[in-house]
Amino acid sequence: MSAVTIVGPDVPAAPEAGRRIRGRWNPPLVAGLVLFGLIVAAALCAPLLTSQDPIKQNLADALLAPGAKGHLLGTDALGRDVLARLLYGARVDLRVGVLAVISPFIIGSLVGLIAGWFGGWVDAVIGRIVDMVIAFPFLVLVIALVFAMGPGTTSIYTAITLVGWVAYCRIVRGQVLVAKEQEYAMAARASGLPTWRILLRHLLPNVVLQAIVFSMSDIVLTLLAIVTLGFLGLGVPPPTPDWGTMIQEGQQFILTKWYISTIPGLAVVITGLALALIADGIVEKANR
Amino acid sequence: MKYLLYILKRLVSLIPVLLGISFIVFFLIRLIPGDPAATLLGSHATPQAISELRSQMGLDKPLLSQYVTFLGHLLQGNLGYSYVYSSSVMDLVTISLPVTIWLLVSGTVFTLLIAVPLAVLAAARRNGIADNIIRAVPVVGLGLPAFWLGIMLILIFGLKLGWFPVAGYGASLADHLRGMVLPGVTIALTLSPILIRSLRASMIDVLSSDYIVTANSKGISTARVVLGHALRNAAVSSVTVLGVNLAYLTGSTLVVERVFSLPGIGQQMINSILGRDFPTVQGITLVFAIMVVVVNLLTDVTHAALDPRVKLA
Repeated sequence: MSAVTIVGPDVPAAPEAGRRIRGRWNPPLVAGLVLFGLIVAAALCAPLLTSQDPIKQNLADALLAPGAKGHLLGTDALGRDVLARLLYGARVDLRVGVLAVISPFIIGSLVGLIAGWFGGWVDAVIGRIVDMVIAFPFLVLVIALVFAMGPGTTSIYTAITLVGWVAYCRIVRGQVLVAKEQEYAMAARASGLPTWRILLRHLLPNVVLQAIVFSMSDIVLTLLAIVTLGFLGLGVPPPTPDWGTMIQEGQQFILTKWYISTIPGLAVVITGLALALIADGIVEKANR
Repeated sequence: MKYLLYILKRLVSLIPVLLGISFIVFFLIRLIPGDPAATLLGSHATPQAISELRSQMGLDKPLLSQYVTFLGHLLQGNLGYSYVYSSSVMDLVTISLPVTIWLLVSGTVFTLLIAVPLAVLAAARRNGIADNIIRAVPVVGLGLPAFWLGIMLILIFGLKLGWFPVAGYGASLADHLRGMVLPGVTIALTLSPILIRSLRASMIDVLSSDYIVTANSKGISTARVVLGHALRNAAVSSVTVLGVNLAYLTGSTLVVERVFSLPGIGQQMINSILGRDFPTVQGITLVFAIMVVVVNLLTDVTHAALDPRVKLA
């Protein structure tokens, strides 16, 4: 995502290249993994945790308060069970959020590797393209792209990839600039190994840590983007449950039925917290 | 003189970026599946109307000449024509842009009001209770959806307590100010965690430097050392952090305007998307990018003015 800068100063600017993830477990990492594990488990076990259908409407039971018979978290304006929609929505949002980070990660890291290693005009051309994409606010460009390509998950994946790779490219490029002056990189070059091998086998494992750390917060930002798209009516098409759509649908009942919007919002916050803890934990491990 | 030259150089370096932006925006319309002209006119358009619009838009000409035409229009301030609003896109932007700028200003002011005191407190009492609480804020704040936060603020401060209007922007200056509080706070709450982090880190950095040690040993009060000596230097690097993130958060005005029914360009963009009004979406996407470029420029220029160590050459 274009929010490269979201990575705060706690992230080591340029750790000694070659440092891998090691060391003991630390509290933020454990807490984050446990929390995220619980959320993923809840999403996967949705059919076991609720017998309600997240899509089935029942207007006779519309807008029931939490605790009503058979509806632990109440029902929405169409009489759909909020808990079921929350759990099945987690499946949709987490899947899209995690998957949508993979291709920008791969593409951005490879392009950054190439830009940093070859330098010169290759770097200049890639740098210009990065500048172009970064000039747009992430959300605005993603929304415009999704709009142009039409709604649906394919458009969301494509749009996030087209905008998101630049962050990874910048991070990896910066790391490569440092790493390529190191002895191991020079030795690999001097030994006459093919370039692709130097890049993928020697350099990549040493420069990818920063990209992995960023990808944790990037999942949060991507999740936010997806939820926001849902809120704006541009996300996963209805009636598929999605947290953003749920918040949007509850907004008109906010005074009397505040929980309809509040609950899915809290789900986003807690998921974000889990991933932020994991990211912090990885940074802490790497710094040790 | 050197400073003016720096600004001039910085302005020249914007030209390729602006060209790139126009290029991306130009290609947006090419992403629409099918015939752009048919999409623009809707499903009831006659084949004749479609072909007329095609030639009017230059869709029958080679791509490069289409881009040159598009660029020529942009340079004359022509962002296209909205068939939905029967108005030039430029007019739509001119009406709604001030609201968005108000929102950004309000967001920045509230961000500073929240972030600076908290960061100073955390850095001055490092590893104390306050510091530990304040350091936890960014972790929680990262996953906070701006639009949800807005709805919660509306619920608490607008509907339950009735302190602020829940929607709209009012007519008078007083109305504007009151109407901008909750949206501004919404932006501030999503932006300040990042700023607190960076300002705290640079404060700690500055507080351990020689001149602070000297100031302390001269017997100047802690408050004066922190506020008078350290904050000023720590603020310099935070200007950059604030600027870059403000540029990023420009995008979130889109959602905040939607939640608070503010008639800014973000709201206009969403309405145009829902109305499938392509030229307006295209034009506003461009305006958003230009806003980011301007914010970045102002950040660099401010940074250079505040910090004499920035190389002006």
